[in-house]
Amino acid sequence: MKALVTITLKPGVLDPQGRAIQNALGGLGFAGVTGARQGKLIELDLTDGTSEADIDAMCRQLLANTVIENYRIDIL
Amino acid sequence: MKSAVIVFPGSNCDRDLAVAIEAITGTAPVMVWHRDAVLPDGLDLIALPGGFSYGDYLRSGAMSARSPVMQAVIAAAGEGRAVLGVCNGFQVLTEAGLLPGALMRNAGLDFVCRDVSLTVENTQTMFTARYAAGSAIRIPVAHHDGNYVADTATLDRLEGDGRVVFRYAEPVNGSARDIAGIVNAAGNVLGLMPHPERLIEAEQGGTDGRAMFEALHAALG
Repeated sequence: MKALVTITLKPGVLDPQGRAIQNALGGLGFAGVTGARQGKLIELDLTDGTSEADIDAMCRQLLANTVIENYRIDIL
Repeated sequence: MKSAVIVFPGSNCDRDLAVAIEAITGTAPVMVWHRDAVLPDGLDLIALPGGFSYGDYLRSGAMSARSPVMQAVIAAAGEGRAVLGVCNGFQVLTEAGLLPGALMRNAGLDFVCRDVSLTVENTQTMFTARYAAGSAIRIPVAHHDGNYVADTATLDRLEGDGRVVFRYAEPVNGSARDIAGIVNAAGNVLGLMPHPERLIEAEQGGTDGRAMFEALHAALG
């Protein structure tokens, strides 16, 4: 089985890299980009039957820093 | 004073820290590899050096914070032993949960590598007792992820409890409330982004870093 873990900055946490991306898109002439937030996507290959609780624990203990980041788990 | 410097793969200030500690305390620290699950007995000070441990993979300090030695460091901190984290060491301490908050990419996105002015906000710690209250010092920084972030309640608590020990006196990296270094509630764990170990001898361009190691030597024997 596979799981996709999507890690995003919490709302309100300033994202200077996202801001730079937004500005660069504007510089390329793409008008109307009013925001950009950069995150991470981690694809996990897992033994069949791995519980969502285990994946959640992986996120809390390592994959995301819950001080500044949220995460979402999608099991494929 | 018995001390140890933790060496992670990608640490690059471990020897600077060891030289500074030996120069001021007269005793060389034990260098401890990150895979060691046990620390030497009777340590007074554990120092986590600057560098780019694990290539900053995932997040700066994230992988190191989960390495075997850190469980021993967390236990030692709980016993009240002094723990000093400089730069990447500060990032490791936040990732390990020994200090609150997180260190994010610098607001200007640039790697900042220069001397900066700092205010010593709290001289009542074992790390800063040899600095004059409110004194202005200049210490080098060299980091990409030094932008200190914490929620408002945490920042207010840090301020109210005098746990903001060093503050930037000029714009550096976008840190909340210009925070450059903080201590834990018990006062035995300090993390800071600037590098006091780089200003020990006049030949290095200044000696503003000496007082930290002198204070530790005085406090810890």
